[in-house]
Amino acid sequence: MSGTQAVTSTPVQVPKQPVSGVTKTKRKDATGKSPLWVRIVLALICLAWIIPTLGLAITSFRNQTDATNSGWWTVFTTPANFTRLTLENYGELFTRADMDTAFVNTLAITVPATIIPILIAAFAAYSFTFMQFPGRDLLLILIVGLLVVPTQVALVPLLKFFGALGINGTFPAIWIAHIGFGMPLAVYIIRNYMATLPREVIESAKIDGASHFQTFWKLILPMSTPVLASFAIFQFLWVWNDLLNALIFIGPNNNAPLSIALVSLLGQQGQGWQLLTAGGLFMMIVPILVFLSLQRYFVRGMTAGAVKG
Amino acid sequence: MTIKILNALIAVVGGVAGAIALYYLLNKLAELLPGRWEDRIKPYLFLLPAFAAIGLTLIYPTIQTFVYSFANQQATEFVGFDNYVELLTSSNFQNTLFNTFLWILIVPAGAIVIGLLIATLADRLNPRGEKLSKTLIFLPMAIGAVSAGAIWKFVYASNPPGRPQVGLLNGIVTAFGGEPVNWLQISDFRFNSLLLMVMLLWLQAGFAMVLLSAAIKGVPTETLEAARLDGASEGAIFFRIVIPQIRTTLITVFITVLIGVLKTFDIVYVMTNGNFNTNIIAVDFFNQLFTNNNAGYAAAIVVMLLIIMIPVLIFQVRQFRAEEAAR
Repeated sequence: MSGTQAVTSTPVQVPKQPVSGVTKTKRKDATGKSPLWVRIVLALICLAWIIPTLGLAITSFRNQTDATNSGWWTVFTTPANFTRLTLENYGELFTRADMDTAFVNTLAITVPATIIPILIAAFAAYSFTFMQFPGRDLLLILIVGLLVVPTQVALVPLLKFFGALGINGTFPAIWIAHIGFGMPLAVYIIRNYMATLPREVIESAKIDGASHFQTFWKLILPMSTPVLASFAIFQFLWVWNDLLNALIFIGPNNNAPLSIALVSLLGQQGQGWQLLTAGGLFMMIVPILVFLSLQRYFVRGMTAGAVKG
Repeated sequence: MTIKILNALIAVVGGVAGAIALYYLLNKLAELLPGRWEDRIKPYLFLLPAFAAIGLTLIYPTIQTFVYSFANQQATEFVGFDNYVELLTSSNFQNTLFNTFLWILIVPAGAIVIGLLIATLADRLNPRGEKLSKTLIFLPMAIGAVSAGAIWKFVYASNPPGRPQVGLLNGIVTAFGGEPVNWLQISDFRFNSLLLMVMLLWLQAGFAMVLLSAAIKGVPTETLEAARLDGASEGAIFFRIVIPQIRTTLITVFITVLIGVLKTFDIVYVMTNGNFNTNIIAVDFFNQLFTNNNAGYAAAIVVMLLIIMIPVLIFQVRQFRAEEAAR
């Protein structure tokens, strides 16, 4: 998605406990139970948050006539609407809308664009954290500044450059774009994390005669796994859900990812409401699974650099 | 299909193996140099690939765009400040700028208020309830703006009066006997832009909530207990103790959401494509470039976006330096 790509340099105050988990010091009233109004307000907020998605999910199981002629909520009020729920939209996604190709394309775009930048950024972060050289602070500030620069600024010249190479509309074009666009954030959060690693470990490795190359591979990289994972989730969600870069560097062709396929369904809403919903849900499944299973790392990455010592 | 999967696999394996081989070679190269030079050169060699990527995809194109912004439609001739003058004097673009400023004013503040509210309330629930409610609110983070567009179409959709409504809002309105409303076309008081902002808040509030919740939990319990013993009300504790203590996190969240807002493209593109007076800078850029084929305008528009970002950029760099000094 377009937001949340950048993480700012302001420190975040975090407790040592896992963030999404629970702390021992709860602030409740004397009885140890939360007041009723708190539970009611929160329940209402959660309901408001989940209802739009629920509407999409229910509509995706309704046939075309039902979806265009009655609201999705009628499945609760009209039993006949409930019994007509069907899986046929999902079948049509693959026969009519070619979503299986788009799915494979999305994977083919996302996986390399997520994994390749990690190693490159980790080396740069290592250099920034554990090596002394003239110009280090200046280069680091350049990285911080680039976190803020909107990537739109880069699109047209990059498009021309790829055109000259003849790779517009192919996977390498969008791989390169995403690798470059994600790089400042990657270097930034990995460096912030590495700066919190105990220096003594590196010093003793040096005394034992390890080179920087060995220290990086054998010590620093394994110790940095949490932040590498968190960047990977960031980048994965960003690339998977990206529309703008896909439109510009790939466009609606054979290599188009799910985001483009879905937008073309959004355009032809008249006949395609029920297909649109199935497609929307289909596109959400993988990122939600990734997100739910790795939520803890994700939060840790957002607060990277804050946990000191 | 199989070819594509194979291609992607080759890219992953080849990319990673290539990177490893590259660093191995760079390292060996540095080791060939006499001792003193090895130490001097090696940091730069480790940085080289990252900065090559950044230079190619960000720094060089930004400079190019800056240059294009002073050129004509097809970038064949320089026209000085003409693009800027024409844009800033056109009422359409003034509208676009105005909308963009509304997004900047409303969304970051809104995300913080909602995030704080949910974080504070959830902190009082039992562990299971807290975890569940936070996950629910945080989940849209994983949903892209395009899927969000599909989701919210079923909230804002409108059919002509007399026909059954499939959009939730109009379902509610007609259930109470009202006339269906075409929500996304009401531009009075920028109402439709506000409805689009609701979508971004829905996507981003969870992010604000998680960071703020972490910060609130970091406020020492002793401080709170002491205030309670002194007879401070819960409201006073929140505004006079908790808020000042989590100030830095509030700023972080504000800036991060602000950057996200300025880059927002997909929500507006998918829902209205900037029609009905909902245009914002990022969408206007795209349409100038691909619908109107005016590369000069498009470049000038993003340069203006960059200029809006400069205060944020300066603030960021300052914060970073202060933090480094404290490390």
